Amino acid sequence: MPLIELDGVRKSYNLGRPNEAEVLHGVSFKIGTGEFAALIGPSGSGKSTLLNIIGLLEPMTAGSYTIQGEPVAGLDDSGLTLRRRAALGFVFQFHHLLPAFTALENVTLPALMRDGSVSAAQREHARAVLAAMGLGEAMAKRPGELSGGMQQRVAIARALVMQPPLVLADEPTGNLDRASSDEVFALMRRMHAELNTSFLIVTHDPRLAERCDRIIELVDGRVESDERPVKTPA
Amino acid sequence: MRFLREGRMQTLLIIVGVAAGVAVVAYISALISGLQSNTLEKTLGAQAHVTVSAQDDVVVAPGRPASGATTLAQTQPRAQRPRSIPSWAALVPVLEALPEVAAVSPMVAGAGLALRGEASKSIALVGVDLDRYDRIVHLRSKVVDGVARLGPGEGIIGRDLAVDLGVRVGDRVSIVTGNVGDSLRVTALVDLGVRELNRRTVIVPLRAAQSLVGLPGGATNLDLALVDVWAAQRLADDLAQRYPYKVESWQQANAQLVSALNAQSVSTGLIRGVVMVVVILGIASVLVVSVVQKRREIGILRAMGATRGQILRVFLLQGAIVGALGSMLGVLLAVVLIWAFTSFVRGSDGLPLFSITLAPALALRIAAVATLCGVLAAVAPARRAAALDPAQAIRM
Repeated sequence: MPLIELDGVRKSYNLGRPNEAEVLHGVSFKIGTGEFAALIGPSGSGKSTLLNIIGLLEPMTAGSYTIQGEPVAGLDDSGLTLRRRAALGFVFQFHHLLPAFTALENVTLPALMRDGSVSAAQREHARAVLAAMGLGEAMAKRPGELSGGMQQRVAIARALVMQPPLVLADEPTGNLDRASSDEVFALMRRMHAELNTSFLIVTHDPRLAERCDRIIELVDGRVESDERPVKTPA
Repeated sequence: MRFLREGRMQTLLIIVGVAAGVAVVAYISALISGLQSNTLEKTLGAQAHVTVSAQDDVVVAPGRPASGATTLAQTQPRAQRPRSIPSWAALVPVLEALPEVAAVSPMVAGAGLALRGEASKSIALVGVDLDRYDRIVHLRSKVVDGVARLGPGEGIIGRDLAVDLGVRVGDRVSIVTGNVGDSLRVTALVDLGVRELNRRTVIVPLRAAQSLVGLPGGATNLDLALVDVWAAQRLADDLAQRYPYKVESWQQANAQLVSALNAQSVSTGLIRGVVMVVVILGIASVLVVSVVQKRREIGILRAMGATRGQILRVFLLQGAIVGALGSMLGVLLAVVLIWAFTSFVRGSDGLPLFSITLAPALALRIAAVATLCGVLAAVAPARRAAALDPAQAIRM
């Protein structure tokens, strides 16, 4: 059973108005457990919209979408929130950490949202995840005191801390210099290998896309290609 | 709390705003309540809460004329004479047994003249049993000279009347009513709080007044002091229905004062309402701005798995915290204002005009209302925050 499956997903804005615009025209693909896939395409091709639909942050207009075999159509807001908590982690382009919280508190946020409080065990687990990201010294620091690369690593730790089967990353290295970008990408690969978590990464960077196991290209709201590059052994 | 700490200046400003509102409400409430109790104390300090007296003399209407007959009739109202309450001695224990009644005092009231040398002053003659009467108007506490005592041939007079007649404690004064006269020794001078009363009041033993007014064994009034002064009207209506007597409450005797007090209470209520609305609008406007400023954070929290309910609660809690902190500060501010009033605003005699205190129960009630206002003010911004589309909020 695939982890997620999209079938004929369509998305229109301003539905029923004169300025109605369809940005996704029947997108279909599956992501399996343990996949590391890139979603590429030119600006305006609908990548972020598709990622928001997959992340249950935005509703689709038509089509079908299932997570772990369960359709999401018909779920109300709290149903969508529960699915999101259980199955998905997010990494955004601009890290989107809460500035008033320390790195550790940011990482324990999903547990706080789910359970209403953070247990000692959850805090310990968050510390371990941060330490695995090489952020052992930065746990008590606020995002403003961390470099861009470190902030993005905290964001990855936050996405992984609840051990979701799928992490959605929207241009996770788009705001970083080349060195930091490589570092963050390498970290995601390592976590993928260690935890067998699936990743779907939206990127403009062809260099990074080529290092993924699978590349889905979206052009004008349609899947133009879906390939698995043959890797040359190092 | 983190959201509040993040926008420190904004939070501080709104807490100060709430505090100012709460301080105004608490101070005005304490001031008006102090003013009203002072006015009531002065008014009721010299009169009974309920007075029972005999019905007025009325002219009985002539019989119906025979059909077709023409009659000419002119009715002259009767002049009222001092009359005793029928069976008053039996009524006293009945009234004393009522739970609302704290004390009952029989009285003989009449008019007369006080004479000393060439001075002659019209007086209001009051015949009482001193111990009973003291429980109605606390006469002993109003003594400004001498010792209150009403033995045979003794009397207590208002301090302005003493000045007019040129008498001091121990001097004798002649009292004349109609054709009857008596002489009494002044045992005390009293200040009843109202100049007109001080100019006219002569208090004598009940028996002396009965003979001066010509009502042997009688009583013109029964004065009642109540446990709760505001129960007076209800009790007066009840007694008037049950007994064939004229019963008057202090509210009926002071209708204008009651209207003024009511107007004052309504005005205070309006001021309090307006201030609370301003407080609500202040908190709401700050929280609306806060929601706009924190759209992205709200979007992130939603993406991290926060439900709409959790976002709603975050902002409602912010409103409650701002309301609670503001009201605590406001109550402290009100205490300072009250202290300033009692310390610096004084009458011509150098004493505070009247005492104001902020009762803990009132302070708690105001603080609770302000906190509730904080929550109410947060409802609209919180709903707005909860309704935010997370994808759009994150994109901002």
